[in-house]
Amino acid sequence: MNITQILFWLLSVMALFGALMVVVSKNPVYSVLWLIMTFFAISGHYILLNAQFLAIVNIIVYAGAIMVLFLFVIMLMNLNKETEPQRNRWLKVAGALAGGCLLLVLVAALYKSEMQGQSAEVNTGSIGLIKNLGKELFSTYVVPFEISSILFISAMVGAVMIGKKE
Amino acid sequence: MPINYYIFLSIALFCIGIAGVLTRRNAIIIFMCVELMLNAVNLLLVAFSKMHHLNAAAAGNSTAGTDGQLFVFFIMVVAAAEVSVGLAIIVMMYRNIHSVDVNFLNRLKH
Repeated sequence: MNITQILFWLLSVMALFGALMVVVSKNPVYSVLWLIMTFFAISGHYILLNAQFLAIVNIIVYAGAIMVLFLFVIMLMNLNKETEPQRNRWLKVAGALAGGCLLLVLVAALYKSEMQGQSAEVNTGSIGLIKNLGKELFSTYVVPFEISSILFISAMVGAVMIGKKE
Repeated sequence: MPINYYIFLSIALFCIGIAGVLTRRNAIIIFMCVELMLNAVNLLLVAFSKMHHLNAAAAGNSTAGTDGQLFVFFIMVVAAAEVSVGLAIIVMMYRNIHSVDVNFLNRLKH
């Protein structure tokens, strides 16, 4: 077992544990913090796959901007353990069972797929570096890139319009 | 690293997200679980892009697989826009009914 495999399992356990704690935490602030840990673990996976640009974007956009937005909204509403609405127990069991069934079906369907012999390249390969992605982004994908800026400005205008007091 | 591991890790994260959406009543937590599902898909896309790169590099194509990583980039862009609008809607809902409980959002039923 070399260092790459050890890191893979460590990051996987971190991501899964963080995701589970997001769902079971009673306090919404703790949920946000666990989700940030999950995002860091996923960024670690990206670095392991040598997708460095996406790892940094994931940390800056998700763990930085989006989670701060979530935390800000939660603290603005003063949500805590006491105000947290709870479903009744049977609905919780049914929800967990439904998720587990989907997991079972997907794993059973993909267990003996044709992907078995394939492997993802770790540590090497240069497609995830910012040089190659930037070249592709500003040549082939330049129109979607510009359209996404229009999407952003419309989202900004929409958020302000919705959040405005009448 | 075998691609199977990445597939199963992503499936597990996705299913935890689904279980969270089904079991929680707080609208913000449901929204966070949707983000978790998006991230599971992103991870799988990156892993598949690296798998494709490994297969295509043997055939001499050295830039194969950049498309997958750019899709992930665009997914992140759209997710950021989606979160800003979604949280604005949740804040407005809190202002109107003074709660983030999704069970109060059944006005259409009555």
